[in-house]
Amino acid sequence: MAASLIRTSYSSAFAFSSPKASVYSPSVSPPSIKVPAFSPLTVKPLSSTFAPHAVRAISLATHATLTPSSVPADTSTTTFHGLCYVVGDNIDTDQIIPAEYLTLVPSNPAEYEKLGSYALVGLPSSYATRFIEPNETKTKYSIVIGGANFGCGSSREHAPVALGAAGAKAVVAESYARIFFRNSVATGEVYPLESEVRICEECKTGDVVTIELGESRLINHTTGKEYKLKPIGDAGPVIDAGGIFAYARKTGMIPSESN
Amino acid sequence: MASSLVSPSPTSSFIRNKKDLGFSAFPCSSQIAIQKCRKQVSKKIVSVMAPQQSERKPATTGSVKTGMTMTEKILARASEKPQLSPGDNVWVNVDILMTHDVCGPGSIGIFKKEFGENAKVWDREKVVIIPDHYIFTSDERANRNVDILRDFCMEQNIKYFYDIKDLGNFKANPDYKGVCHVALAQEGHCRPGEVLLGTDSHTCTAGAFGQFATGIGNTDAGFVLGTGKLLLKVPPTLRFVMDGEMPPYLLAKDLILQIIGEISVAGATYKSMEFVGTTVESLNMEERMTLCNMVVEAGGKNGVVPADSTTFKYLEDKTSLPYEPVYSDAHASFLSEYRFDISKLEPLVAKPHSPDNRALARECKDVKIDRVYIGSCTGGKTEDFLAAAKVFVASGKKVKVPTFLVPATQKVWLDLYTLPVPGSGGKTCSQIFEEAGCDTPASPSCGACLGGPKDTYARMNEPKVCVSTTNRNFPGRMGHKEGQIYLASPYTAAASALTGYVTDPREFLQ
Repeated sequence: MAASLIRTSYSSAFAFSSPKASVYSPSVSPPSIKVPAFSPLTVKPLSSTFAPHAVRAISLATHATLTPSSVPADTSTTTFHGLCYVVGDNIDTDQIIPAEYLTLVPSNPAEYEKLGSYALVGLPSSYATRFIEPNETKTKYSIVIGGANFGCGSSREHAPVALGAAGAKAVVAESYARIFFRNSVATGEVYPLESEVRICEECKTGDVVTIELGESRLINHTTGKEYKLKPIGDAGPVIDAGGIFAYARKTGMIPSESN
Repeated sequence: MASSLVSPSPTSSFIRNKKDLGFSAFPCSSQIAIQKCRKQVSKKIVSVMAPQQSERKPATTGSVKTGMTMTEKILARASEKPQLSPGDNVWVNVDILMTHDVCGPGSIGIFKKEFGENAKVWDREKVVIIPDHYIFTSDERANRNVDILRDFCMEQNIKYFYDIKDLGNFKANPDYKGVCHVALAQEGHCRPGEVLLGTDSHTCTAGAFGQFATGIGNTDAGFVLGTGKLLLKVPPTLRFVMDGEMPPYLLAKDLILQIIGEISVAGATYKSMEFVGTTVESLNMEERMTLCNMVVEAGGKNGVVPADSTTFKYLEDKTSLPYEPVYSDAHASFLSEYRFDISKLEPLVAKPHSPDNRALARECKDVKIDRVYIGSCTGGKTEDFLAAAKVFVASGKKVKVPTFLVPATQKVWLDLYTLPVPGSGGKTCSQIFEEAGCDTPASPSCGACLGGPKDTYARMNEPKVCVSTTNRNFPGRMGHKEGQIYLASPYTAAASALTGYVTDPREFLQ
């Protein structure tokens, strides 16, 4: 009973009122839902039973604004929840963001948004369901699930930036190409998570999934299956902070912004 | 004045590689299992490689100095440490940072945001800014991006900025070079033993000079602009030993396609690729550049070729800065070693849509093609055009499909019009190309290798089949998503242009 009660409140907290809304902007905080802190010790491994007190804290982490008071400083309570978009192996940077859009400069805010609108537009037409619907500029899929060697090809930072700007929060792939991984961490745009098995073969685009960073776990609510992820490790705090510069300042590696 | 950098403690791992490679070389059988991609390897390929050696365990920790590979030594020197092991995260002093028109503006934006609007780069002589990607286009943003580079270079008094203002006539721009990786080499910025970083994946090309060179993103580049340092993880090294005399129908492109086909597009991820052996020693600098250029296509972090007399000779008239080459110790640890007998290799292609989709050129002879593209950092250097010209001379016939020629730099363009092609009776490449019915050599730039704005010369705007001397053939690479790109050497590309089908160059060269 407690479990179903919590599930009701859980799902209503994540109700998608509009097809676009999979990204939680900091201004959205459902006042009627109490969100107690997540207590790892009380959680049972299976997704269907929740210990009464354990409702996940939702990290409203966006890369741009991070206020320590409202967001946990570490990754142990960070959770992503939303629809997933599934792609295959060797998704290279030309598919993530075709070269013709590289004239857009990511550090320019208007062009940053435009980059997002083109995320994954290079996928072949065999992907009937597109990452971003025609006439939309944001994605409804907050999690991308990929196969091996995700992000191979170019060193262009536009690739993780486009995904982040489109509204993706995390990529869960079997493995990564090194520059894409490095760029994801450096920019703090998306969490590049690794699965232990080929999740891309067991999930379908549109499945509802939850990623618990602290538990290194992905739960597919549509199929009911759970998967272990490799811990994000030291890259986690860097992405949390908003990228290497923010992290370096936060940890005193470089002095604050004034030169 | 860059912001001062508080050095982190040696044990802090700033950005840790999410998987610890350790030294688990993949044994032969599971190596095939590991690439679960849908690639089809032609069953007819004769195995010309000895099975890989079993891995050698790394030296144990302790105060005993152990042997290091070339890459480890370069990074050790650059991080001012006496000893390094793969897996170590170290702060490395950067000798050269290169950027271009696509990633430069973004890197500059980050630099200014993080270090301040009035910040100065760490060293105005170590930043090399080379517009090359989207130059000869009417795309306003592309043109604006070159302007952004110019503004920054003037403000920072950047010593090496290869500017272009007159887009209608590249020759009217004395400073303009063209493709960054070729320009870096031609202008003497590549030196043995140094660390060269660039905002482009093919920065690994410079490893041909016996230096550590790799591609980074805008944020990392912004960091380097301000501090002159970057945190890097030391990669383990895969060693590729190539011995034997290079047959007259093979080029370095065939060698690297062979390797990528063997280890797959992720076979060298997070690793260094070291190329040694008598065959490598016989290659000229541009061929070595081709070899290292496609290291990234195997996922490699960097590629290296030991510097030798060929290297020193090339550099003689290009740089006056002192340099000190390094070489792998005899007892260094390599993750794996692959050996080749070059005499047994045949001309190859990488079929659509992956650089590791290796096939023998002669087995693709029924593939009808629509066009041929000869250009890019991979296949648009002087040596590449000389090679293509050789095939046209041997044939004496005209091409059957549109054949696009895009010299990488102004120097290459000039060579096409001045250098005599051996065996042609004193003709230049341009004359030979004209007689063969190729397109006139275009303005030097990256061109259509990566598609680019819609008005880019030779961009694939409809689904076509193209044999190209470029480096990638993923869907949409040259423009159209349904385009079919066969990656090949300049010999194979020229041969294919003559027949209108994918063609083994031995049809013309023997």
